[in-house]
Amino acid sequence: MTWTWFHRLGSPPYVYALAARLTPWFAWPAALLIAGGLAGGLVLAPPDYQQGDGFRIVYVHAPSAWMSLMVYMTMAIAAAVALIWRIKVGHAVAAACAPIGASFTFVALVTGALYGAPMWGTYWEWDPRLTSELILLFLYLGYMGLRAGLEDTQRADRASALLAVAGSVNVPIIHYSVTWWNSLHQAPTVMQFGKPKMALAMLVPLLMMLAGFTLYFVAVLLVRLRGEVLSRERAASWIPEVLKT
Amino acid sequence: MSARVTSAARALAPEPAVGQGGAAAASLGADAAAALRAARLALLRDLTLAFRQRSQLIQPLAFFAMVTLLFPLAISPELSRLRAIAPGVLWVAALLASLLALEFLFRDDAHDGTLEQYALSGQSLTWLMFAKTAAHWLLTGLPLALMAPLAGLSLGVPVAALPGIVVSVAVGSVTLSLIGSIGAALTLGIKRSGTLLSLLTLPLSLPVLIFGARATELAINGAPLAAPLELLAALAVLGITLAPLAAAAAVRISLE
Amino acid sequence: MSGEKLQVENLHLWRGDRHVLKGVCFALDAGGCLEVTGPNGSGKTSLLRTLCGLMYPEEGRVLWAGQDVRSDLRSFHASLAYLGHEAPLKADLSARENLHFWIGVRRRVSNAELDEVLARVGARSWCERLVRTLSAGQKRRVALAGLALLAVPLWLLDEPTTNLDSEGRRLVGGLIAEQRARGGTVVAAVHHDLPVEVGSAQRLELAA
Repeated sequence: MTWTWFHRLGSPPYVYALAARLTPWFAWPAALLIAGGLAGGLVLAPPDYQQGDGFRIVYVHAPSAWMSLMVYMTMAIAAAVALIWRIKVGHAVAAACAPIGASFTFVALVTGALYGAPMWGTYWEWDPRLTSELILLFLYLGYMGLRAGLEDTQRADRASALLAVAGSVNVPIIHYSVTWWNSLHQAPTVMQFGKPKMALAMLVPLLMMLAGFTLYFVAVLLVRLRGEVLSRERAASWIPEVLKT
Repeated sequence: MSARVTSAARALAPEPAVGQGGAAAASLGADAAAALRAARLALLRDLTLAFRQRSQLIQPLAFFAMVTLLFPLAISPELSRLRAIAPGVLWVAALLASLLALEFLFRDDAHDGTLEQYALSGQSLTWLMFAKTAAHWLLTGLPLALMAPLAGLSLGVPVAALPGIVVSVAVGSVTLSLIGSIGAALTLGIKRSGTLLSLLTLPLSLPVLIFGARATELAINGAPLAAPLELLAALAVLGITLAPLAAAAAVRISLE
Repeated sequence: MSGEKLQVENLHLWRGDRHVLKGVCFALDAGGCLEVTGPNGSGKTSLLRTLCGLMYPEEGRVLWAGQDVRSDLRSFHASLAYLGHEAPLKADLSARENLHFWIGVRRRVSNAELDEVLARVGARSWCERLVRTLSAGQKRRVALAGLALLAVPLWLLDEPTTNLDSEGRRLVGGLIAEQRARGGTVVAAVHHDLPVEVGSAQRLELAA
């Protein structure tokens, strides 16, 4: 089995060039899908029979929430790969993911609050999903805080990688315990949109937004990754050549 | 590829190479005995040191008492109102007091080079981390659990609820010490790492808070608290299995 | 104590942007001693820590008895003793208790052995006092006592003669000479020369 492609991914110049080539392939489809999804969701799809037009914010809220979790998993996997096999590019990927994930989490929280406000009467209810999102935001902030607090890049990389892996083990536990806590106190949950119950006109824009957000994440990750690689390899010999082009 | 994976895993947490046959089994037994002995000595050392600096032992307990005192002053002296929030107050106070003591778990050892000697001792660093965390729990978590009844009584908790509170805080604080050891190892040597340590440890400790507070609430209402208590125990077992390993890896990362 | 050989091949180490170790190579037979010299910041401590396995080199490897130390780091650690700048002692324990715990974690050590080695380093009269009451030179002597007690084939010493008077330096020289006579290997990072008792030694000079 040839693992050469895997090994080449460990080479910073290769990754830098590859990321540059791949970015447009993700950026343009992302733009199209998001535009299409927004058009479908905000304009074309019918209003929800219960929640009216306020439901439309789900087209941003649900993909954001999903992405916040997916980005964390990506971050944890990249960190684990870098930690175990000592492939430094993995650390760059994890570092690049974190702010994107935190932003998605923040968007999910804000849109979640706006979504719930008409129904609850307040901007915040301790809904289990929103509470889990809030805790996830703290996990991201902790990760970024640890990186910022350690001056030595190598140690910052490896310590935050371990934190990401430990956090990912905890995420299901936290989610379960928060759901359990919430069920005890019977707080109202508003986030009902089970997929089988959804009309196709609503489902398609939602899936388009989800796919668009995923591609958007990859595109932004590739751009940030190039920045990370540049900053980490600033003393290396291949940098001046590449920067001239 | 499998050779790379095993060598990679060993690079992360070196364990003795396992050969084939009875000789390996015998040496594994000898390794385990040596690891246990090393862990026992590490535990004894930490306990001896703690008792020579007795003033430091009181601090988390005093903090716990202080935080519990804040709530009646801030809210109301009515015991019925306090009883309603007692589970939350007790557990938040215990969590914060536990966090306070975590900073000192590795700080001195990292400073005088004894942590390095542990990493270079040829003994299982995982077992040594377990021993240190066990010492931390014996010196912080267990005293907190024994003090919780006093705090509880001051908040209007009925006497019948006290045993349940002691047990739940004792079990919950095991997990708190274990999770905290990972955070403490990761933030070794960072100046003024207290808030960062809290930011790292608190989200991971939330399940303990949720189940522990629920157990306390049930105890106060006289209901059986087996369910949350078992969940707390499960978390503790999971922590005992995984946390020392992670803490050992974190210590090695910090020593690099 | 069998005669193992320490070999270092093409060691490269980066700390952040700094290229600290630039292709360090050497080989030490059993009974050999290597003096590592160089100005401050040239990487003496980093070299010792890389030899220990605490730091991970980007390139190159360390071989002990013909085997890459990374293949079984734990048994490599069991065959080495590392003494850093500071003596690894707890201020609130006595010298004797410190040794009991420090060495005890690694191997069983009897009271008789403790007595003997403490007498050797001249600590008899003050070995029961808490370490916080001892001078830097006395602490260094306790560290040397630990070194002698460990009875391992490889010694990695970072400035072993710091804080010691001439008698202390003779003690270090004697200990290293005995270690060499037993077939053990010593790598020492130093600012000045090692004491004359050590005998002839290889030299490795690190540039800043």
